[in-house]
Amino acid sequence: MTYTVPKLKNYSAAALGKAAGKLVSALEQESAAVKNETVWKEFRDRWVGRKSGVLTQINELWLKAAPKEAKREVGQLVNELKKEVENTVELTLQRIRTGAAESRLTAERLDITLPGNHRPLGAEHPVIKTMNEIVSVFRNLGYSVEDGPVIETDYYNFEALNFPPNHPARDTQDTLFVANQESKPLRERLLLRTHTSPVQIRTMEKMKPPIRIVIPGKVHRNDPPDASHSPMFHQIEGLAVDTNITFGDLKGTLDHAMKALFGSSVKTSFRPSFFPFTEPSAEMLVSCFICGGSGKRGAEPCRPCKLTGWIEILGCGMVDPNVFEFVKHNGYDPQKISGFAFGMGADRIAILKYGVDDIQLFFNGDVRFLQQFA
Amino acid sequence: MKLSSQWVREFADLKVDNRQLADDLTAAGIAVEAIAGEGENTVFEMEIGTNRPDAMNHYGVAREAAAIYNLLLRPIAPKLPDPGSAAAFPIEIQDATGCVRFTARVACDVRVAPSATRIAQRLALIDQRPINNAVDATNYTLWEMGKPTHAFDLDLLEGGKIIVRRAMNGEKLKTLDGVERTLTSEDLVVADAKKPVALAGVMGGFDTMITEKTRNLLIESAWWDPVTIRKTSRRHGLHTDASHRFERGADFESTLLSCNRVMELILESGGGQLQGNVIDVVARRLDQAPVALHISEVHRILGQKLDTQVIYGILHRLGFELIPERGGEFDFTVRIPSWRLDVEREIDLIEEIARLYGYDKFPNTLPAFAGSVVEQADSKKDEKLRSSLLGLGYNEAVSLTFISHEDAETFSNAPVIELANPISEEASIMRTSMLPGMLNMLSYNLNRGTNDVRLFEMGSVFQDQKTGMPRELKRISLGRTSPSPQQGETWPTQLFFDLKGDVETLLHAFEHKTLSYDSHLAEYFHPGRAARVVMDGATVAQFGQVHSEIAAKRKLRQEAYVAELSLDQLYRHGLRQIRYEALPRYPAVERDFSFLFPNEIIFAKIEQGVLSLALSELRSFKPIEIFRGGKLPAGKYSILLRATFQSRERTLREDEVADWSKQIVKALEKLGGEQRA
Repeated sequence: MTYTVPKLKNYSAAALGKAAGKLVSALEQESAAVKNETVWKEFRDRWVGRKSGVLTQINELWLKAAPKEAKREVGQLVNELKKEVENTVELTLQRIRTGAAESRLTAERLDITLPGNHRPLGAEHPVIKTMNEIVSVFRNLGYSVEDGPVIETDYYNFEALNFPPNHPARDTQDTLFVANQESKPLRERLLLRTHTSPVQIRTMEKMKPPIRIVIPGKVHRNDPPDASHSPMFHQIEGLAVDTNITFGDLKGTLDHAMKALFGSSVKTSFRPSFFPFTEPSAEMLVSCFICGGSGKRGAEPCRPCKLTGWIEILGCGMVDPNVFEFVKHNGYDPQKISGFAFGMGADRIAILKYGVDDIQLFFNGDVRFLQQFA
Repeated sequence: MKLSSQWVREFADLKVDNRQLADDLTAAGIAVEAIAGEGENTVFEMEIGTNRPDAMNHYGVAREAAAIYNLLLRPIAPKLPDPGSAAAFPIEIQDATGCVRFTARVACDVRVAPSATRIAQRLALIDQRPINNAVDATNYTLWEMGKPTHAFDLDLLEGGKIIVRRAMNGEKLKTLDGVERTLTSEDLVVADAKKPVALAGVMGGFDTMITEKTRNLLIESAWWDPVTIRKTSRRHGLHTDASHRFERGADFESTLLSCNRVMELILESGGGQLQGNVIDVVARRLDQAPVALHISEVHRILGQKLDTQVIYGILHRLGFELIPERGGEFDFTVRIPSWRLDVEREIDLIEEIARLYGYDKFPNTLPAFAGSVVEQADSKKDEKLRSSLLGLGYNEAVSLTFISHEDAETFSNAPVIELANPISEEASIMRTSMLPGMLNMLSYNLNRGTNDVRLFEMGSVFQDQKTGMPRELKRISLGRTSPSPQQGETWPTQLFFDLKGDVETLLHAFEHKTLSYDSHLAEYFHPGRAARVVMDGATVAQFGQVHSEIAAKRKLRQEAYVAELSLDQLYRHGLRQIRYEALPRYPAVERDFSFLFPNEIIFAKIEQGVLSLALSELRSFKPIEIFRGGKLPAGKYSILLRATFQSRERTLREDEVADWSKQIVKALEKLGGEQRA
């Protein structure tokens, strides 16, 4: 029941209107029946095809055949119908295209609740990460990073740090010694540095005051491995020397650093201690950043601070004048300059910070452990 | 070290409770680590620094407490009868270096028996085993006032005199612990006319000790040279309560007091009579020079302008004598009490002032600073490599720096640094390679069911040098284990190429002209699945599969791939400069070539053959697929190669691309390749 263009016998307004009405209703019917692009192409050709499309036909059969006096009116009508037809053909295409796209999108739908594909990132080692964090706090205070050898001489590890030969303070260091050194003078004998402090001397030998340095690095002691000991661990040392450094500056600097590291609410406390290379010497405590200083976690006792609300975190002090005597030639006259030094164990801080219960976990490369720090 | 709170309180009327006392002592540097027990059985667990032997006893701690609270300190004042007569026993100090002072008393008709309950309980409370009244008296005195003394059975001393001398080489002495010791000429001994009877300041002799049979005894209270005592103590591996105190420096002036105190306790408990007056031989005076104190120096170091009265008060309470110096160059001459051998300099006085004033009372300040932060030479390079590795999915690991002799031999031929006192044989060498540690970590993971492992470690290896400091060379190790094989792999051994790609990513961060791979490898690598990487003529890395024998020895249950980069070599190159290049505006043209090659024609040869054509618009030449086996003739493999052409100036013409393709085919055929249909 396809639409065919009739010849017009009557060019009255009523007859024209009726013919146009039939055409438009046929157009709408056919348009509605178009379901895909192939059918649409036939539809398009039948209505707007140049050779025998409906538009061409009404031009031929209606306009050209119209009497002169009706030409104007028929022309107008044909123009309107042309617009209508072209518009409908275009809209029909749009309609079926939208429909197709929609059904394709529906077919392509994924289960977005399935898990994502992970390309795992490597994790920073918790101790190195802790060291970097501490170093960056001091960098912001104007400290440069220095380093030095892990295998040291007795001179740098002990003598120049005011541990005289045969001094009992050497016993506290549990030193690992290099073999076959007996033929050398004591100060040249090699050992594994027991602290990062030798780098203080090495730096003061090469740089004049003022200096501000931090020294992250590995140290070794003769401690058989267990849950809280390791023969190798990491320290961060700090040294500031200038013409006007005071004990108050030592306290203020470390208090600032601890707040930067553990949060602005932590408090610090200093108590006297003994290190051969500092005088006065101190041990610094921070208010426990796990229990907030209360000694309790809910109803449970806080183990990291042993219920005291305080954690011993580092040793520090004013640089002993005897130490400056060893580098006096390079501008370190203890009468004119002063300084402070501090040292802390990075492994211990990482243990406290992350609640790790066995230091051995740091050094066996267990991916299940390391990935927790990703 | 344990101390009884009640015993401390005997010497000063402390108003504070034990908790407060512990806190205040700790704040002044006499650290109480823990409190145990209650009431009169309260025990303080003390942590006293090496420099404070004077506080390693009850009276010393009471002295500190009295100074803190500004209280009177009750003196120890033993009461002894006056026997009237002169010295009863000759004492000869032959070695004035080792023995500065020797004080002695003699008593007769003493009854040796268990101590009174009060004495025994006190000793037991601080973990000291009561033995008998005479020995306990010396022990009690040690813990009361910190001065070690010794009691001899007088009747077992031969020749009627005491000689302090160096031992003769090879001389024997059986010490109280029952061990017969062979002495050297450096050991200082207390001897009678015939034999050594005590290892001076360390331990008494077995043969002259107090027993139930003892009736007459001699009490020794001497002052020994700290270095001599320390050497002897270490030489004989004998660390005693006595040696601990002597090597840190005992109170020179307390020999007499302690000798009297011991005697008082013995006479109290065992009866007997004092035999003659005290014998006090001083070989030389100990020189404790007074120290000049400048108030300005106190201010310069501490940063707070403490009042002179405050400073005076603190030092005075601690037993220092301050003599004002009006109009002098300094403010006070300070005389040091005999029990404080650790105080020798002005800075030591400043510490005394600071610690008793209270560290926490000093205001926190920040120093001004005019310098600037200086970067470490290699810090950017370290950071680049580290962040790349993290991005590539490698977990950062840290392993111990020690390796075994066997690993040292397997993984390096560098001269090693060996430890004199290693933790164990397995850890007796400083690592010469990062790989033993990496392999340990890989097998640790595989043994725990983690099969897909990616680790890296940045660290140093150590090499001995004939003279001077050992070399410490920076390295990075990488470790990767094979993940379960995936479907449709293009390369036969994916893991090798995964690792090679990772290594290349790292190396391409550095400026270089040439990068080549060859098989000049260490023996611990699989000879066919590993490579040495040479950058501008220097070896910068080795990587590949671990040799099957090494893997078997380490019980690696999976193929393990490792790499080691020599950063000392690599860091001679700068980080790659970033250079902008305009993007191409004309389309690229690709051409594929499918060829059959004899196995010995490796890709490097194919690539070289094509690159030597020097086709100006050839942008890349890459293998796309490789196939071996199947229906291919034996000894040959099939490879699909892709050339990409692109010009910066114009769109390429069909005929010129065809011409280049022809040249490529010709070059490949020249190498022995057959083009496949």
